[in-house]
Amino acid sequence: MNDSPAVLVRARGLRKDYGSGEGLVRALDAVDLDVSRGEAVAVMGPSGCGKSTLLHLLGGLDRPSAGQLSVAGQRVDELSERALAALRRDEIGFVFQAFHLMDELTAQENVELPALLAGCTPNEARARATALLQDVGLADRARHLPAMLSGGQRQRVAIARALANDPEILLADEPTGNLDSAAAFDVLGLLESLHAKGLTLVIVTHDERIATTADRLISMRDGAFVDETHLTGGSRGHLGTFADWERLS
Amino acid sequence: MQQEVVLAMLAKEPSHGYELRARLARALGPVAEGISEAQMYVTLTRLERGGFVERLDAPAQRSDRKVYCLTPTGQERVAEWMSDVSWPRPDLAEFHMKLIAAAQGGLADPISLIDAQRRDLLRRLREVGRAVLEEEKDSDAALLLEGIVLRLQADLRWLHACEIAWTKRGTSK
Repeated sequence: MNDSPAVLVRARGLRKDYGSGEGLVRALDAVDLDVSRGEAVAVMGPSGCGKSTLLHLLGGLDRPSAGQLSVAGQRVDELSERALAALRRDEIGFVFQAFHLMDELTAQENVELPALLAGCTPNEARARATALLQDVGLADRARHLPAMLSGGQRQRVAIARALANDPEILLADEPTGNLDSAAAFDVLGLLESLHAKGLTLVIVTHDERIATTADRLISMRDGAFVDETHLTGGSRGHLGTFADWERLS
Repeated sequence: MQQEVVLAMLAKEPSHGYELRARLARALGPVAEGISEAQMYVTLTRLERGGFVERLDAPAQRSDRKVYCLTPTGQERVAEWMSDVSWPRPDLAEFHMKLIAAAQGGLADPISLIDAQRRDLLRRLREVGRAVLEEEKDSDAALLLEGIVLRLQADLRWLHACEIAWTKRGTSK
């Protein structure tokens, strides 16, 4: 497949089946997707529509049943397990709804871990984790265990951890699904600032408010894309209409 | 928004149009884009003609420095407005009838009308959502924008219900 550098993710005819015979479930059916470098894409749809399956395939957590998928110039559907693990570690950051932090490690240690696994020296990993925790506004919580942190703080640690190896793309599966609205708001602002710095994002969510921070919103149903909304450009100027002065005069 | 808003702001202290517009801008944030200073002067002039406000300043003042205060009639109107529970209604009936007329008259596919409307609402939601992030937390304007976000989300939920209902109708024919 010929990848132009501007396209970070390219999927063609992507399919994922679970089970077999009469129990066969087609979770994803012939999906085509391009994600440009620096783009933020949101995927919405009812539960069971295949959006999480899609994200798991993009993140190399699962293998497609058919179709082609390249991420950061590598054919995910053809990689060996070993090469896929390296791709996941170096190029892909993953953020989950339930945070998935290591409970027995401090915030700092959680963020250091991926860099250590990638072969950084302890000093490099520590410096990187300190900088990342600062970026997500948790420098003063570095020594806390996850149990001592609020949900919103845990998710911000998880985002810092996802960025530990400076990935090409951040994949987020319902990143605010377990958070109250104030914490969701903080995570939203953080994702927005990462996007503004040029990070490529794919966010799966059922919350339109999260979804509309993206550049493009894809709606899924029954394993397929059913609608696409480009959210950038041509949308300014609605706010004034919420204070209707005409009736005032 | 009713003209009583301007009257109620004058209850704090006598003021001129420029200052009222500035207070409105602080309270509304980017939503104040819809309200020009000129419109504020026009409104004050009308309220003066209606006997709700009167001039406090010397007549020699520049027109943008005219200071207004509430008259007793104006104060009464403000008190009525404070206890009034009327609420702005989004006109859902119009879009509802658009879908029905489209289907009955064969004018358009209701589902594609819903899709187009949803895309537009999503773009509005994006604009407001970004505006909230730009506002200072806990400011007056952020609270207003939060309300607009919630309303748009409610409208999107209704569109979703429309989509399900019209999809069923389309396939049951």
